[in-house]
Amino acid sequence: MNSKMKEKSNSVVKIDAGGVYYKQLNISLREATSNGTRKIELYNVHGQRYIGTDLDKPVEIQIFGTPGNDLGVFMNGPRITVRGNAQDGCGNTMNDGEIIVHGHAGDTIGLSARGGKIFVREDVGYRAGIHMKEYQDKKPVLVIGGTAQDFLGEYMAGGVLILLGLNLSEGGYHKAKFIGTGMHGGVIYLRGNIEEHQLGREVGIAELDENDRRILKRYVTEFAGHFGYDAEVILRSRFIKLFPCWLRPYSRLYAY
Amino acid sequence: MRDIRQINNANNDDKVIDACSIFGAMDRSGGAFSGESVIKAIANMHDRGNGLGGGFAIYGLYPEYADHYAFHIMYLSQQGKQETEAFLRDNFETIACEEVPTRPTPRVTNPPLVWRYFLDINGCKLENQSEDDYIVDRVMKINTCLGDSFVFSSGKNMAVFKGVGYPEDIADFFCLEQYKGYIWTAHGRFPTNTQGWWGGAHPFSLLDWTVVHNGEISSYGINRRYLEQFGYHCALQTDTEVVAYAVDLLVRKHKLPIEIVAKILAPPFWSDIERLPPQERKLMQALRQTYGSLLMNGPFAVIIANNGEMIGLTDRIRLRPLVVGEKGDMLYLSSEESAIRLIEPELDRAWIPTGGEAVIGRLKEEPCFKVAGVDTITTAEAV
Repeated sequence: MNSKMKEKSNSVVKIDAGGVYYKQLNISLREATSNGTRKIELYNVHGQRYIGTDLDKPVEIQIFGTPGNDLGVFMNGPRITVRGNAQDGCGNTMNDGEIIVHGHAGDTIGLSARGGKIFVREDVGYRAGIHMKEYQDKKPVLVIGGTAQDFLGEYMAGGVLILLGLNLSEGGYHKAKFIGTGMHGGVIYLRGNIEEHQLGREVGIAELDENDRRILKRYVTEFAGHFGYDAEVILRSRFIKLFPCWLRPYSRLYAY
Repeated sequence: MRDIRQINNANNDDKVIDACSIFGAMDRSGGAFSGESVIKAIANMHDRGNGLGGGFAIYGLYPEYADHYAFHIMYLSQQGKQETEAFLRDNFETIACEEVPTRPTPRVTNPPLVWRYFLDINGCKLENQSEDDYIVDRVMKINTCLGDSFVFSSGKNMAVFKGVGYPEDIADFFCLEQYKGYIWTAHGRFPTNTQGWWGGAHPFSLLDWTVVHNGEISSYGINRRYLEQFGYHCALQTDTEVVAYAVDLLVRKHKLPIEIVAKILAPPFWSDIERLPPQERKLMQALRQTYGSLLMNGPFAVIIANNGEMIGLTDRIRLRPLVVGEKGDMLYLSSEESAIRLIEPELDRAWIPTGGEAVIGRLKEEPCFKVAGVDTITTAEAV
């Protein structure tokens, strides 16, 4: 199957992805970006996996439809905007770039991310941010506008995870359980209420300090910019900070 | 034990690891629709399977024989067919029978014989059994005692079509474009721990029940032993078989509503039960204590169906995906949202249910059962 490359006007390459196999679609993306294209629009996307994998140019990709699993896997620089919902494994092991989802996302969003930013307007599924990590200036950021299902931030080793709960009622509670189970790095900022039993044993709760506020403001402002919210209003709410109680929870386990 | 490895496994793998695809579509107003959209949707998830199993269940399929048990039987040999047909003659009145129409499909190799029989129990000795018990008993006998014969389905006004191949190829092989139904469920298989063979393809079925499954029932051994006490014998060498028998036992025999059955297959954790209001806590404790052996452990997403009902359920920590889509009276369940959007781009609502939360679609005119105090169950009713 050949991809149907429609036109290249105003340096926007439009690709009709209808019926195009994922391998061919990613070849088309690689060709377009290596030819210097900086704006790509994908239409009729229906479940093609790994869109944007391995791309390392600062290209803007707009996706119309429903991209498949592992959107932006290993991506290193592009900005992907999804005009719809994302499936499982979005931003898997991403190194740099941005993914902006104008809808909800499935399970394990941001898994093992090493850098870059992901913004989701609505809810996410299970295990969001599982094993995100950071090293020096590489620090992944995941901002979720709605709520999350269980195991948010599971085994989190680094990065910033922000859960805004904008669709919760006034004083409403997130339903997620096992939040931060196995967490040993990074930070979660959470708006909306939770009870202590919803947290994993490895997680502590704290108030935000000045530095936290600065980080939160920066990313909530970006989130609000993407989806047309008023950042000031969001930031006026109470946030809590979740942090790992131990950086090396299993150190003793391996000491003997 | 028969050697089923000879049947079909083009890849000759001992074990491969990936994910299956499941898909279900139901018109809750009961309108029968062609399966073309469902075939398109399951084919869109082609890469989740590996061609070692594909299948479909269709409800509202045989309105002209709606009062008769429709048996779809697979034969691995002519001798098996002869033995089984003699058995059917002894036990049933055959209203009609024929070979299930197929067409040569290049990617479906070495297909077995598949026949369908419309059977009546009139005049047969029921031995103090209900008609349904009589059927279950005979299905178990064919599957375990007769040679080379396996019952794919045995319900009324429904049937299962399945085999070794990608689901779109199996649909082509069985000419499924010619059928209509108000519920279609579909499966693309990637066998993990058991052989790829025709009997091991999904859906698994008994009476009106069908199950398609993505995942692995780690508790298979315990579940199987428990079900054996009630006369269910697992003969198809795949874990999913226990789910079909478990729902038959719990709903048909033990008269439990499917909302409660969901809490038996995927029960809340003890730590969650402790926090429930007293009455609900007592109920959940009783369920776990009574039916601990029917807890389905391990990762699963299943679509269970019977006449008038389609149910989606995942394990309680949702180790396999399930997405729900609604458009008017249409209810869709799928491993991936893109497969739903491919055939219904403008959904009224699409959402991801919580692990262990049953999503239940029912025909509009059917009475809706509500369980007092169990408010965590989503009942996807047509408005």
